[in-house]
Amino acid sequence: MTERTFQLHVNGKDRTVNVPPMARLLDVLRHELELTGAKEGCGEGECGSCSVLMNGELVNSCLVPIAQADGSTIVTIEGLAHNEQLHTVQRAFLQCGGAQCGICTPGMILATVHLLKKNPHPTHNEVREGLNGNLCRCTGYMRIFEAVERAAIESTTRTEAGVAE
Amino acid sequence: MQKERIVGTPVFRKEGVAKVRGAARYIDDLSLPGMILGATVRSAVPRGHIRQIEFGPGVPWDEFTIVTAKDIPGKNYIALIQNDWPCLADGCVNHPQEAILLLAHPDRHLLPRAVAAVRIEYQPLPSVHSIEESETAETIIWGEDNVFKSFLMEKGDVDAAFAREDVVIIEGEYATGAQEQLYIENNGMMAAYSESDGLTVWGSLQCPFYVHKSLLGVTGLAEEKVRVIQVETGGAFGGKEDYPSMIGAHAALLAMKSRRPVKIIYDRMEDMAATTKRHPSRSRHRTAVTRDGKLVAADIEFCLDGGAYSTLSSTVLSRGTIHAGGPYSWPNIRVRSKAFATNTPPHGAFRGFGAPQSLFATERHMDRIAKALGIAPEDLRRRNLLRTGETTSTGQVIHQQIDLEGWMERALEQAGYYEKRARFDRENPTSLRKKGIGFATFLHGAGFTGSGERYLNSLVGVDATPEGRIRVLVSSTEFGQGTNTILCQVAAESLGIDYTGVEMAPCDTSLVPNSGPTVASRTTMVVGKLVHSAALGLKQTLLASGALSESYTTEEFQQAAAAYISKHGKLRSMSRYEAPPNIYWDDQKYRGEAYAAYAWAVYVAEVTVDCVTYSATVDDFVAFQEVGRVLNPTLAIGQIEGGVAQAIGYALYEKVVWERGLMTNNQMTNYIMPTSQDLPPIRVFFEEVPFEHGAYGAKGIGELPMDGPAPAILNAIAHATGEDFNFIPLLPEDIAVRLARTVLIPAEAAVAV
Repeated sequence: MTERTFQLHVNGKDRTVNVPPMARLLDVLRHELELTGAKEGCGEGECGSCSVLMNGELVNSCLVPIAQADGSTIVTIEGLAHNEQLHTVQRAFLQCGGAQCGICTPGMILATVHLLKKNPHPTHNEVREGLNGNLCRCTGYMRIFEAVERAAIESTTRTEAGVAE
Repeated sequence: MQKERIVGTPVFRKEGVAKVRGAARYIDDLSLPGMILGATVRSAVPRGHIRQIEFGPGVPWDEFTIVTAKDIPGKNYIALIQNDWPCLADGCVNHPQEAILLLAHPDRHLLPRAVAAVRIEYQPLPSVHSIEESETAETIIWGEDNVFKSFLMEKGDVDAAFAREDVVIIEGEYATGAQEQLYIENNGMMAAYSESDGLTVWGSLQCPFYVHKSLLGVTGLAEEKVRVIQVETGGAFGGKEDYPSMIGAHAALLAMKSRRPVKIIYDRMEDMAATTKRHPSRSRHRTAVTRDGKLVAADIEFCLDGGAYSTLSSTVLSRGTIHAGGPYSWPNIRVRSKAFATNTPPHGAFRGFGAPQSLFATERHMDRIAKALGIAPEDLRRRNLLRTGETTSTGQVIHQQIDLEGWMERALEQAGYYEKRARFDRENPTSLRKKGIGFATFLHGAGFTGSGERYLNSLVGVDATPEGRIRVLVSSTEFGQGTNTILCQVAAESLGIDYTGVEMAPCDTSLVPNSGPTVASRTTMVVGKLVHSAALGLKQTLLASGALSESYTTEEFQQAAAAYISKHGKLRSMSRYEAPPNIYWDDQKYRGEAYAAYAWAVYVAEVTVDCVTYSATVDDFVAFQEVGRVLNPTLAIGQIEGGVAQAIGYALYEKVVWERGLMTNNQMTNYIMPTSQDLPPIRVFFEEVPFEHGAYGAKGIGELPMDGPAPAILNAIAHATGEDFNFIPLLPEDIAVRLARTVLIPAEAAVAV
């Protein structure tokens, strides 16, 4: 397939890639931009381990052709922490045991960031619903729910204290 | 007892920061200069001779590295127990998806086209696809009788017990289906070879020395020329115990022929279709019991479908056989078991390893016995649960202080069992949503069998780097269950330094000793204990040398280690397995101390069966267990919750659809595992009775939660519906077929619809 030039704004940086228009966003991130945090679990949009934020929306990057992402703002797991300072959600996953084997973790954390942005105080059922596109085979989700609920509380506390996320 | 500082506390996962940052590097994230990619051409038929292989048009074949069985420099098998599993099919195939030839090319998009362009012509042979077909031996596909392995385990005089006049005899047949491990990271391995450096293989795997052993056989290389490195592994659950040896050998063969590094990454469809799953099983129970519910004798037949090659079937069968009696005091018991060959990809290790299969049958059967006698399921258990001083089915005396009856009461209390059972009985007749509550009592042996751990003869080390960093040296792998964290906790506790002062040495067979495979719930209990003694040895060396005073900080300890190394060259302490005293296991008669220790559990499930949709959902789940000392509460709870979730999938959702040995629903869209909305609250309770021969009192924990949920859920469904379902997975369509016939929808409720 003929390559074309695409522009992305990834984790705060402008990036240019030359790839075929139907190249998957997942492959562009992993192979062209060397951002391997997004994982391929199923390649058909079921498991959510390739989740990234595209213009603020949670997408399965294995289902997004790069042509559709041209000019968009992408946040991957690598773009969450500020240097050594973990994002509130990352810290909550660490504290609550929300990550076991770690392969679903990047997608799960981004799904949580997305959920809390849309709904800063989700009920337990809203947490379950918000994460239903991300499969985890290790935890049985319970530690993850706890991490999300903890992150929600801590985000609120930080916002009230005037700390920028 | 001395108060511990680190063991028993919820320290953070050792590699947790890398994982939450997305910085942990899995096999698909790694690359080597000049690396090309490998792919596998597989059989399309369940059984047959390979007549001809043709490389079709439209593919630049001269650019490809092609490997067939003829390119194997060593022996054409993956070393396991019986060595009958070919690395590449040579002349004939025995199951769909059997690897026949390998291709490698730099272009990842060209490879699938090339795989599709290889045309293989077969002369088909008759094939066998169930335990029932295999046992008739009408078509022989393996050995003389299709039987990989059989066991006879006998205690007391079973036949005499069945002849007694004061007993009732209750029979039942139970079946369990295959289950896909469904680790979210697919299998993958990478290999590099040069004559000077030899062969190095990296991968997603559980058992580095299993892969190493297989590579020695396949490549014919000398031991020191083969190196296996485990990289971050995205889930395994047993599914990366044996098959990585196959993929590692394939990557190695391609790398040796092409003289370039080669990586093979399976996609989901290939991983699900070609790699191992949990063995399907069939159990037949015949039980003699007095009218008041005292178990007198069991006659159990336990059979597994092993797939086309023997691989691990004999050991899976062994564990299933030993666990078939459950946690009961049987005066007389006989278990006859067999693993059969079928023309299906070999079934393999999956969390629980035979025990979930045989315990499903036993615990369903117990509820059916209770029902037949007209007594409550808990009363039947009360009369028969093992007590300290009594003997298991293998004749092993329980020395540990256990209180299964008391633990059962506590679990039932937590679940609100008595109140709910009565309430559901009252409410169900007028409701379209039938509610039920049921439970299972069970045990799981930790580690290999008594003789197995002796045979493994594990070796563990603790050392220091020249800078004084303390490292744990093991081949025990991390794949989410917490090996890194637990072993560093044990080492830090033993050395008297901070948790942050200990790290894991890279899991590289050229650097670490063989601490045995990471399987069988053995890492914390067995390997942890060896880490403890190796660490004590290292501390003793430093104290004796005078480099360390009796009281020290972590920094002082590290400085002393560095000073010792600059003077003596190295600082390393090793520890080798020694069996606990009085552990004797007779592999021939299946008698004696089967396992050094058992974990015990009572799981309670509350369900709703919807008589409109016929779906069964679990509303609440209580998991009560005694696993010895809990070394890290967060990790331990996570192990139980994750295991229960997998087992709920096993019971109600996860069905492998077979068509002549081929899995046809090999996608996450049609093989259904539980999502975040499919699970009940899982409430975990621990009782801790320290086990003196385990690390800081720990026993095994990882597999236990896989054993109990399926029978507890099906017992609850029996309570809800009054129907006995004796097989899993139990899908809504199965419930529909039965309930549509038998359960009358109450008129009022029907109107409400």
